[in-house]
Amino acid sequence: MSLNDIQRQLLREIADLETVPKGAYNIRANGESAGRSTTANIDIVTKTDKPGIDIIVKPGTKNESIHIPVIISQHGLKEMVYNDFIIGEDADVTIIAGCGIHNCGDQDSSHDGIHSFFVGKNARIRYVEKHYGDGDGIGGKIMNPTTVIELAEGAVMEMESTQIKGIDSTSRKTEAKLADGASLTVREKIMTHGEQLAETDFAIDMDGEDCACHLISRSVAKDKSRQIFRSNVKGNNRCTGHSECDAIIMDDALVSAIPEITASHVDASLIHEAAIGKIAGEQLMKLMTLGLTEKEAEEQIVNGFLK
Amino acid sequence: MLELKHVSYVVPAENDSTETKEILHDVSLTIDERFVAITGPNGGGKSTLARVIAGIAQPTSGEIWLDGQNITNLGITERARLGISFAFQQPVRFKGITVNDLINLAAGKKLSVAEACEYLSEVGLCARDYINREVNASLSGGELKRIEIATVLARGTKLSVFDEPEAGIDLWSFGNLINVFENMHERQGGSILIISHQERILNIADKIIVIADGNITAVGNKDEVLPELLRSSAACPTLLQKLS
Repeated sequence: MSLNDIQRQLLREIADLETVPKGAYNIRANGESAGRSTTANIDIVTKTDKPGIDIIVKPGTKNESIHIPVIISQHGLKEMVYNDFIIGEDADVTIIAGCGIHNCGDQDSSHDGIHSFFVGKNARIRYVEKHYGDGDGIGGKIMNPTTVIELAEGAVMEMESTQIKGIDSTSRKTEAKLADGASLTVREKIMTHGEQLAETDFAIDMDGEDCACHLISRSVAKDKSRQIFRSNVKGNNRCTGHSECDAIIMDDALVSAIPEITASHVDASLIHEAAIGKIAGEQLMKLMTLGLTEKEAEEQIVNGFLK
Repeated sequence: MLELKHVSYVVPAENDSTETKEILHDVSLTIDERFVAITGPNGGGKSTLARVIAGIAQPTSGEIWLDGQNITNLGITERARLGISFAFQQPVRFKGITVNDLINLAAGKKLSVAEACEYLSEVGLCARDYINREVNASLSGGELKRIEIATVLARGTKLSVFDEPEAGIDLWSFGNLINVFENMHERQGGSILIISHQERILNIADKIIVIADGNITAVGNKDEVLPELLRSSAACPTLLQKLS
């Protein structure tokens, strides 16, 4: 695998990778495959009808990981990728995705990805996704990830998505359908600055009996950035749904939270909590009485909030 | 030594009002003893005085001196760095910041887990259960109060100000709280200023200052101040009747 320094830096940011990862991986650099490895239980196959890959995890595969980072260092590159994850029954795996864009040119670079998860009965997956952009060109760094999730009976999925720095525009969509006893937890962390825009949109259908979902979104909006959070959690059976979005607003930012919960079953129990506010003056004061400057106090509060 | 010279603190009586209310009136005092207690009726100006010392509130007039340096115009951070610590009456909650983070920030350096745990054990918390918890709404008022005291211990400065440290600490015997203050003084010296209504805290004070209606109404040791305090008009008449 041959990557240049910029590409290596992106890989470090999004996947904490210094070298080739252990286990299965597929590294996509500037629209082309830059390395792939499969294992006895995990296969990665290039799609023939459209760009993207199928990741196939055999039933019963335990404690294996799959890295599928995407890095873009060529300015003006626009791509649309379809990745399907077929997770066999009773498997237990971790998937580390992520996308890093370095744009030092004057044309927009963008990565749009549709990740579809088909999680088999009683399988468990942890899906970690990190988005990062850098480069001092005026070209935009744009990412629009869509995640489509189908959880079979008793399947458990934990998803963590993080976008802390450098993405100018993002529209994130997450759709999920849950069967009997399935459980979905999503933790989202977003920080926007400058004139960035981040939109996030959840549509969760809790169709199965005793399924559960937790959506937890924490965000910080600085400078003139804008954030929009939308969620629609539907309880169509006996189930529990909980969503919360908690945002810190700073400077001249704009944050909007549009939560919706819909119950169509008498035993569906749904809760939404939403809060937007600036950093409390008391919090700054407390940390300043410990000897921190106001700026240091602000950083500690923001870092803690997004930890 | 901390010195307040003719400190007054005036606020508008109501929002947008031109009328003013004087919270502190011409307060002059020195704090050089091991333990100094400030007491007096609610709304008398005690907490404001503590906030003026910590730099959270700026006096309208008067001066504040610390060890011969005029600190009146210094902000919270600068005063903290010169050696003033302040334990809030109502501790602040933080989402995502752990007890360990807060104690490390207070100490101003990276502590080992064992070192951080020592401060928690000192205030009666089983350290292992707390060190990685977030300082958020999942902690009770009493737990937060003890963590607040632990942050002041971790700072180890020459002047520590506690605003009603006993409030909300129900199950913890006051004996332990007093031990904390005594150990603290033994270890780091300096002065400990405690705003309190508790007689047991007033009993260990080398000096008691009584503040009512923004004025210092009495200064002295407990034998001089306590009897007068109990007889003062501020005490509840019904209670006094019962006592007599």
